[in-house]
Amino acid sequence: MRKVAVLGVGVTKFTGAQEKTGVELFAEAAGDAFLDARMKPKDIQALFIGNVLGDFSEGQGMPQCLAAENIGCFNIPANRYEGACASGSMAIRDAFLLIANGAYDVIMAGGLERAATMGTPLATRTFAMFSDARYEYPAGITFPAVFALLAHLYSDKYKIPVDRLREQMARVSIQACKHGSVNPKAQFFGKYGDLTIDKVLKAFVVASPLGLHDCCPFSDGASSVILVSEDIAKRMTDKPIWITGAGQASSGTLSNQKAYLPRIYAREVASKQAYAMAGIKPDDVDLIELHDCFSIASIIASESLGFFDYGKAGEAWEKGQADIGGKIAICPSGGLKAKGHPIGATGGGQVYEVVKQLRGEAIPANQVPNAKIGMTDTLGGEGGTLVNLILEKGY
Amino acid sequence: MNYPLTFKQYSDALKEDRLMGLKCKVCGSITVPPKMACRNCASFEIEPMAMKGTGKIRTYTSVFVPSEGRETECPYIIAMVELDEGPWIMGNLKGVTPASAGLDVIGKSVKMGHEVFPGDKYSAGEGARPVFTIV
Ligand SMILES: [Zn+2]
Repeated sequence: MRKVAVLGVGVTKFTGAQEKTGVELFAEAAGDAFLDARMKPKDIQALFIGNVLGDFSEGQGMPQCLAAENIGCFNIPANRYEGACASGSMAIRDAFLLIANGAYDVIMAGGLERAATMGTPLATRTFAMFSDARYEYPAGITFPAVFALLAHLYSDKYKIPVDRLREQMARVSIQACKHGSVNPKAQFFGKYGDLTIDKVLKAFVVASPLGLHDCCPFSDGASSVILVSEDIAKRMTDKPIWITGAGQASSGTLSNQKAYLPRIYAREVASKQAYAMAGIKPDDVDLIELHDCFSIASIIASESLGFFDYGKAGEAWEKGQADIGGKIAICPSGGLKAKGHPIGATGGGQVYEVVKQLRGEAIPANQVPNAKIGMTDTLGGEGGTLVNLILEKGY
Repeated sequence: MNYPLTFKQYSDALKEDRLMGLKCKVCGSITVPPKMACRNCASFEIEPMAMKGTGKIRTYTSVFVPSEGRETECPYIIAMVELDEGPWIMGNLKGVTPASAGLDVIGKSVKMGHEVFPGDKYSAGEGARPVFTIV
């Protein structure tokens, strides 16, 4: 396999409902990625885009072909990826593998989404489509309800009373908002920096035990990253960021994951692949942008990824061990919770943040000192899709 | 190859309060919800069987923000139940007030009835689901 570098990254600001089309949003992110990589449209050999709900949010199927033409990448192969909230990371992983194996030298990957444009009722309906439409949706499953089920299961399994767990989860949201509130690319930029445990606990309940501040927002936004082969990376930059590990796994309905819940087994399969490929251990990772769609999701993810013992992650957040300066910096961008979660674009947004961290170009207040190894973790549906990527500073 | 137990067959049986699953002829494992392959050994040698419809609650949530089209059902409780035969299934819990439901429902024994989701413009028709009550 050849080495693969991320040469350029771009994201739009993640926002609530706004008026640009998904393709327009993607074009803005792609334009920034071109500038960052010092490349032109003719350099791109294939375009892989994560987009989940364009059909519902703006009546737009097959946006990847319109996007390719829109940004001047005429007639190249353009693929759309749909793995719910992990779609963008699937696109980036496939781009990585195809370059590593010599099929292409330069691929643009990323995603676009207008989830906020749909409004809460339709967004809730369409996000529920990532559960089983036959064996789960009739009972009224929603995306928050999936993680609410896991939160109560976590409370029962690790014998942490719900009131105590809710305080730990509040710490997760407060940390995310602290970082997101100072990130100009974040949906919560300038907001919720003063969130308190009391405010989190008193917010209205979405699906018990999860309240409003335990949940990420619906978001619009786009992301774009340009991946290149080793020889091109060495020609174009003396400061490469390498993708050194990648893993992906799938699972079926939530009920069939019963042997592991509240752990998400697909995460353990995918992260093991990524760690093995990179030849590193969880302790080697300086920072991670993980899939904190809900506060409990951060707790569950950080344990399966090997950062904290099972049942102990909440305490780690309380002690600052999950923040900059702790054992590992988790979501120093603000994460899905505060940076936002435009689902098809989320994976590219995570890679953007990790690349900025490894280059030392993050927002100063959110910069992890001397970051050398970063990781992403992106989950689709009820753990149906799980993608992990490991990136390393090459200089 | 013939699909061993379709959703239509599963849903029609639920409407008569019968819960159907699949038993593997190779390893003896029971698979619910139904699939093509055994949940344990991936054998296609599986055949329909009637489940007892009894089990214990393993987790639950009270839902207060619904999907479009299901506003009148809110609030409601979703429960995951471990059937006496082993598999877990998702359904609703009735007879407990959503706003006051607590962790003490976990571990409670339940029996099964059903309700039918009439379907919406995305769902390709109706679908029955288990509705549990504490015994
Ligand atoms: Zn079997």
